[in-house]
Amino acid sequence: MYRMLWRIRLFEGQVQRLAAAGEVPGFPHLSTGQEAVAVGVCAHLSREDALYTSHRGHGHILAKGSDLEATLAEIIGRESGLCRGRGGSMHLVDVRHGVMGATGVVAGNLALAAGAAWAAQAQGKSNLAVAFFGDGATGAGVFHETLNLASLWKLPMLFVCENNGYAEFTSRDEHSNVNHVSHFAKPYSIPTKTIDGNDLKVVHAEAAEAIASIRAGHGPYLLECMTFRMAGHYVGDAQQYRSKEELAAMIEKCPIERLKRHLLADGVPATVLDAIQVEAKNEIEQASLRARAAARPDPATVMDDVYTSPTLHAISG
Amino acid sequence: MAIHTFIDILKRALDEEMTRDASVHLLGEDVAAGGAFGVTRGLADKHGATRVRNTPISEAAITGLATGAALAGIRPVLEIMFIDFATLALDCLLNQTAKYRYMSGGQLTVPLVVRTQAGAAGGAAAQHSQSLETFFIHIPGLVVVAPSSPIEAYGLLKSAIRLGEPVIFIEHKRLYTMKEELPQDFALPAIGKARVAREGTDVTLIAYSAMVQTALEAAKELESNGISTEVIDLRTLLPLDMDTISQSVSKTHRVLIAHEAVQNGGMGAEIAARIGAELFDELDGPVQRVGCPFAPIPFAPELERALLPGSHHIVQVARRMMGLESV
Ligand SMILES: Cc1ncc(C[n+]2csc(CCOP(=O)(O)OP(=O)(O)O)c2C)c(N)n1
Ligand SMILES: [Mg+2]
Repeated sequence: MYRMLWRIRLFEGQVQRLAAAGEVPGFPHLSTGQEAVAVGVCAHLSREDALYTSHRGHGHILAKGSDLEATLAEIIGRESGLCRGRGGSMHLVDVRHGVMGATGVVAGNLALAAGAAWAAQAQGKSNLAVAFFGDGATGAGVFHETLNLASLWKLPMLFVCENNGYAEFTSRDEHSNVNHVSHFAKPYSIPTKTIDGNDLKVVHAEAAEAIASIRAGHGPYLLECMTFRMAGHYVGDAQQYRSKEELAAMIEKCPIERLKRHLLADGVPATVLDAIQVEAKNEIEQASLRARAAARPDPATVMDDVYTSPTLHAISG
Repeated sequence: MAIHTFIDILKRALDEEMTRDASVHLLGEDVAAGGAFGVTRGLADKHGATRVRNTPISEAAITGLATGAALAGIRPVLEIMFIDFATLALDCLLNQTAKYRYMSGGQLTVPLVVRTQAGAAGGAAAQHSQSLETFFIHIPGLVVVAPSSPIEAYGLLKSAIRLGEPVIFIEHKRLYTMKEELPQDFALPAIGKARVAREGTDVTLIAYSAMVQTALEAAKELESNGISTEVIDLRTLLPLDMDTISQSVSKTHRVLIAHEAVQNGGMGAEIAARIGAELFDELDGPVQRVGCPFAPIPFAPELERALLPGSHHIVQVARRMMGLESV
């Protein structure tokens, strides 16, 4: 898991560098500082469990098992990318690994995840669905509609809120009087906890409990993970709305530093940890070289996959 | 040979598809209780509560849920009680349902049918009577179907369920009580193909949904005026079957498009533009449209009647196109 934290951290560092160099179309959102939530939750998921993530989903997707190179290739718009360059950072889908999708519409993934959970229930399968979302998504009506539906139908669904205190450039206290996202679960009788999302040990243990409850047939669970967005809202955000003190405090909260302290205290040698970091760095560098060398999509294929049926394709204006 | 109402025949189509394919599930407000119009009455008893599932009044969430389930291998048929409330489902339909196949680079498909009910009849008034099909024809990835009779609804609904694409299936409430006999040897219609509902040589009259019935009435009256009208029932609004339209226009050289929706930005505008661009040389005169005047649907029966386009409007415009009536 320490390795996965570094993979995500360095992967997104590479995305940031490529974006600065103009190699990333659009505006990717980095999860730097929030990696422990992704790693701690996804460690308990199988391939068959459906993952739906938000606009800030690189970490979740890598932690679910998606390939570094194919994910990066998608983010830089290559034919070899997960979605053949049709989706990009905010619409990553990797069905082979149960990554059913990221979304560019805040809260738009929640009901889809409920659909995956309902499908599993209706088909008599034991897998579950996980939806990651930010604190900002709780302002959307569909968040509340989905909580109600998930509770009513006892859907095997894990809601994971990454509460980083901000929605874009506006802090949580300007969005809602409800202090904690977990409070929204209570009227629907959905079991919930607010936890330290920057401590991988905590996330891992609490996610295990939540998922065990869901797998035991007790219906949905909402985990609110308090975390910290170390980067801007998107690559290029100057973050003038945050104080110097706040930004300085991140170092203290960094989930990688936190886990490192745990591991060192447990007697893991520093050299082992350093080696993991170096290996992750090499992996990312290799993946990046290959992704950047990959072919760009052929413009002649731009109409592919609008429809499944070739006859509909042929006559669609 | 059994005679069926539109409502009964929809139920029969759903029942048969659920029996044929265990992945077909019905979802929607009140569907287990039969739905607002009784289309799904009895199906929960027969197919079980898991496959015919009542939902809360949460159009956004149930559309997302149906989409997510479709992505996971279920074939949901979701009922949105009135098309007027489809706006609450529109974010999902537009941003997720329609685009999932494309955005995922072809990894996923969304075999979802959204049945909804539209059109004016019986004083349902401004928020329960609208014809909003053009909201959907603007969205790449969707298929839009609007049947014109019970038999048409039977075949098109079955074809829509089997298609494997997201289909918006628009039922006109005025047709719900219409009765027809279902022929024994019935071939399922292809989605994306129009049909010639009546052959003629002077004017091509293009319509869909309940307006096809109005158009057929108008064609009868025009016949007694010596005007031979070819009525095309579009069946599928998206994608548009320009081949069938083109064949007819090459024969008649005159086109009139009729729909209940307002003309502004309507199907007629789209079809007229395509005919103008692709078949200009075939035309003997400008393409004409009949549609609702640009106002909300009123409540009082006199007002509702006054606003809605009827066969006499079609007859009047067609006669003018043939030089039988002064402008
Ligand atoms: C429906 C919708 N409204 C607005 C936006 C623009 N937007 C993108 S991210 C974002 C903030 C989301 O905040 P939060 O849910 O807390 O996630 P975070 O970015 O903090 O991870 C907004 C407003 C959007 N993408 N979708
Ligand atoms: Mg946030």
